[in-house]
Amino acid sequence: MSTPFYVSPQQAMADRAEYARKGIARGRSLVVLQYADGIVFVGENPSRALHKFSEIYDRIGFAAAGKYNEYENLRIGGVRYADLRGYTYDRDDVTARGLANVYAQTLGTIFSSAGEKPYEVELVVAEVGATPDGDQIYRLPHDGSIVDEHGSVAVGGNAEQISTFLDQQHREGMSLAEALKLAVQALSRDTNGGEREIPAERLEVAVLDRERPQARKFKRVVGRQLARLLEADGAASTPTDAPSDTDDSDTGASGSGESGKGGTSPDKDSDK
Amino acid sequence: MEANTRSTGRLPAAFLTPGSSSFMDFLSAQSPEMLPGRRSLPPLQGAIEAPHGTTIVAVTFPGGVVLAGDRRATMGNMIAQRDIEKVFPADEYSAVGIAGTAGLAVEMVKLFQLELEHFEKVEGATLSLEGKANRLSTMIRSNLAMAMQGLAVVPLFAGYDVDRGKGRIFSYDVTGGRSEETGYASTGSGSIFARGAMKKLFHDELTEQQATTLVIQALYDAADDDSATGGPDVARRIYPIVTVITEDGFRRLNDTESAEIARSILERRLQQPDGPRAALL
Repeated sequence: MSTPFYVSPQQAMADRAEYARKGIARGRSLVVLQYADGIVFVGENPSRALHKFSEIYDRIGFAAAGKYNEYENLRIGGVRYADLRGYTYDRDDVTARGLANVYAQTLGTIFSSAGEKPYEVELVVAEVGATPDGDQIYRLPHDGSIVDEHGSVAVGGNAEQISTFLDQQHREGMSLAEALKLAVQALSRDTNGGEREIPAERLEVAVLDRERPQARKFKRVVGRQLARLLEADGAASTPTDAPSDTDDSDTGASGSGESGKGGTSPDKDSDK
Repeated sequence: MEANTRSTGRLPAAFLTPGSSSFMDFLSAQSPEMLPGRRSLPPLQGAIEAPHGTTIVAVTFPGGVVLAGDRRATMGNMIAQRDIEKVFPADEYSAVGIAGTAGLAVEMVKLFQLELEHFEKVEGATLSLEGKANRLSTMIRSNLAMAMQGLAVVPLFAGYDVDRGKGRIFSYDVTGGRSEETGYASTGSGSIFARGAMKKLFHDELTEQQATTLVIQALYDAADDDSATGGPDVARRIYPIVTVITEDGFRRLNDTESAEIARSILERRLQQPDGPRAALL
């Protein structure tokens, strides 16, 4: 029998964390933002069938970056947890906070148990409230901590840079088209400072829309509606409709000429 | 194994094990005591007294299907409830109406709704209408032991088949036997009278408006001859529940709409108590 090498606990944890972070960084980043009528999820995803965003329960959505099979596993676990809980008690008793706790415990246990490899995933659990104040967004890194986020959040490899950009540009009460445009802008920024184009067909977009009459608020934004939302913004970036930007002149002054002038009425129409 | 959802601990292994997309399968592995069909009954003598729901009717029209139910629940010769709801959306394109033991039936509908929703969330696609109808069949079959004790549930399932572009109706018996009905169908104690009425009024070219009127006519006739079926209760403003499922999805007529149809029928029945007549030849 050979004696195993001694590795200090600090070193072991640091190694595991680095392993997980590297795995997550291989995937593309995604962002989750609050807008006037709900929460929007935006990410770059070349696949039509393998989703990064999905519905967990009536008002709760799920987003994940990292290794697909691992977060898919967690997603299905979450759906089972939510459905069982709603069936046992009531639909109102399923909350994003409860789900985030369960995910945090699960990820935390896996991360610190020596027998398992840490999950290479970073999750976002979001719940849309009846008003913007009731919205909840939780970010769950690979080690099982929970971060309560407001306004905007980015996860994945390039998350830090994107978050900083979003923190500067995001404001309350954006229309869906404005938020979407801002998200795409954030995702298009390269690590080296350059910009690249993300075509609409490579975007995966979903919303938790509090104005939706059904109890289930999650909805994918695809095809024509997505094109229309992106277009509405593109048209608004021309200087012709300058009068409409009176209400957002106080925010995002630094080079965000495009982000604000949504001309809110056409945007409102197109997402109904 | 105890379902560990009451604490905020780690998700149990069963939650993270790849497996079936069915919530019922998951539940039967995780906490089988929560499945309606899995309960063991104590030895009983005679039937159990419990509120029963009565008449449900459905009729197709070009472009969709209408499913409607009266509002009465009875226990023996007593009216147990005057405003019970027995027609529920199953998902966006289907609905289920229930006759039989009300408590069990409502529980079964809740599980059925969840079953369809769960599948949709896990798979990212909805079940076919046929698949939904089969799932309901399985649930009724699992209730057979209780049905033998007098606690039967006999639903009527209607939906818009998006693949075929038309409304379809499925009826069931207590053993879970399923049959697709053409045109119209009914279930529950007043169903024979309702069916007679529908048989005379139905034709292939109904409009949505005519179809919704037809089902209330049929319910009126069922209430006329079956004491367990409730007619429109004008004094209390309790009217039948009428739902329409088309390409646009499930829609329940609001109280004003169903009251209007019910009142116009009542108006005509004051002149002609037996209702509209079909031509003799």
